[in-house]
Amino acid sequence: MIGFQTLLYKEVLRFWKVAMQTITAPIMTAMLYLLIFGHVLEDRVQVYPGVSYTAFLIPGLVMMSVLQNAFANSSSSLIQSKITGNLVFILLPPLSHWEMFGAYVVAAVVRGLAVGGGVFVITAWFAHLSFTAPWWIVIFSLLGAAILGTMGLIAGIWAEKFDQLASFQNFLIMPATFLSGVFYSIHSLPPFWKAVSHFNPFFYMIDGFRYGFFGQSDVDPLNSFAVVLVFFVVLAALAMQMLRSGYKMRH
Amino acid sequence: MAAIQITNIEKRYKSLRALDGVSLSIEEGEFFGLLGPNGAGKTTLISIIAGLNRADAGTVTVHGHDVVSDYRKARMNLGVVPQELVFDPFFTVRETLRMQSGYFGIKNNDAWIDEVMHNLDLTNKADTNMRALSGGMKRRVLVAQALVHKPPVIVLDEPTAGVDVELRQTLWKFIARLNREGHTVVLTTHYLEEAEALCNRIAMLKSGKVVALDSTAALIRRISGSQLVVKLGAGALPEGLKPLVTHPEELQVNGNGGTSGGKYTLRVNSYPEVEPILRALREAGAEIGDMQLQQADLEDVFIQIMEGEK
Repeated sequence: MIGFQTLLYKEVLRFWKVAMQTITAPIMTAMLYLLIFGHVLEDRVQVYPGVSYTAFLIPGLVMMSVLQNAFANSSSSLIQSKITGNLVFILLPPLSHWEMFGAYVVAAVVRGLAVGGGVFVITAWFAHLSFTAPWWIVIFSLLGAAILGTMGLIAGIWAEKFDQLASFQNFLIMPATFLSGVFYSIHSLPPFWKAVSHFNPFFYMIDGFRYGFFGQSDVDPLNSFAVVLVFFVVLAALAMQMLRSGYKMRH
Repeated sequence: MAAIQITNIEKRYKSLRALDGVSLSIEEGEFFGLLGPNGAGKTTLISIIAGLNRADAGTVTVHGHDVVSDYRKARMNLGVVPQELVFDPFFTVRETLRMQSGYFGIKNNDAWIDEVMHNLDLTNKADTNMRALSGGMKRRVLVAQALVHKPPVIVLDEPTAGVDVELRQTLWKFIARLNREGHTVVLTTHYLEEAEALCNRIAMLKSGKVVALDSTAALIRRISGSQLVVKLGAGALPEGLKPLVTHPEELQVNGNGGTSGGKYTLRVNSYPEVEPILRALREAGAEIGDMQLQQADLEDVFIQIMEGEK
């Protein structure tokens, strides 16, 4: 347990020491999204009855920040350690595969929630928000961050250079988050794209998270929870297998 | 029980056989040298022992624990100083050492961390960020990191490459002390005089194979003895000593021992053989102008073995 605690502490300290870049900057970005999209679309779009567009947008932005920053944390930590060579300090000690998995993913969750919490605190002033089902807010933010932290771990282990990691981020994570209903309800999409959206696991994370605020969603939150949980278990199993076999790290 | 038991280790990188059936047993308390030219497989072997790399075939145990199936116990027993000068730029020296202790499951390790820092002359850099340290200082931190958990087996992969004399002396003093206290030490180095002075046993690797494995003294003795070089001021080399001359051309040049003032290189296997030579010269009325006893050293042995394996 001490090994896990230490690695977790190190991973948290790592982003905390450069908080301007890892926490403040993404909060600022989310603020800009809110100001611009909120201003332009406030009077034109209403997704759910009785919910303003800005209020609809805020949980989406919070969750998007949670997801992107959770991914960024574990993936960038690993690729930096691999490229600078100091990953050896993690590989030489008797840390178990579970300790490594747990520490990287929990640190990613902490960063995701720190940024998400910051985005929420600042954006919540711009609209009236309710908290219809707060447990769903907690569950989806935790699971969403853990999923992206795990994806970051997988991408960080797989990538051999920054370029490959950037591809993973720009061609997979970014489109999946942007097309998951952060800025719109999938009910406003044409039938084809609406159907496609149902194959995007990110959609369920954001939809379930939003349900916690408004009590309204595109999909039943229990269904979303089931999809998200299965997705997490599959990714966690894959990450554990990579750690166990030493894939790309011990070769 | 062996400190490190290596059995039939094989490792390939595509068509290259990096390690080709290496077997070695390093006993507890040894100061063991692993020598070989660049690309011989030393670092690959160390990586496999440390769990940084996996062998294609064969097994390695550290204090009886398999480095793959029982990796946690194996790694608890092992402290490795990697060859590459790596560091984590986010942290100070003390933070780095505290964290490394934590990875090994040790909390509140400050007393030992202070002692290690003191012995490696790091104390006044304790709160300096790793980025701000010189190369030599970073190397000391790497050594300290390998020692935070007081490992019974310490592996140093070229720890003195590009390092100044002061650090080398500090480092060897500390490592020799740890060895005296019972720690097993495994060392790779290109400085053969260092290996000769420190290691009690040596394995030489070439192209992934062990080509020599013996005590340091036996290795040096086995390959070539010492040589006594005498320059005669007056008189000639007596007949009885001619069979000892190692370079026959010296007898030719010096006129078959007839003229005086020749220089002769005589083979001696040990110090007691020197006195009879001096006596023979004295009895023959020869006068010694200059004399030197040249020891064969590990470098001679190394070159001979590596060339012999071509």
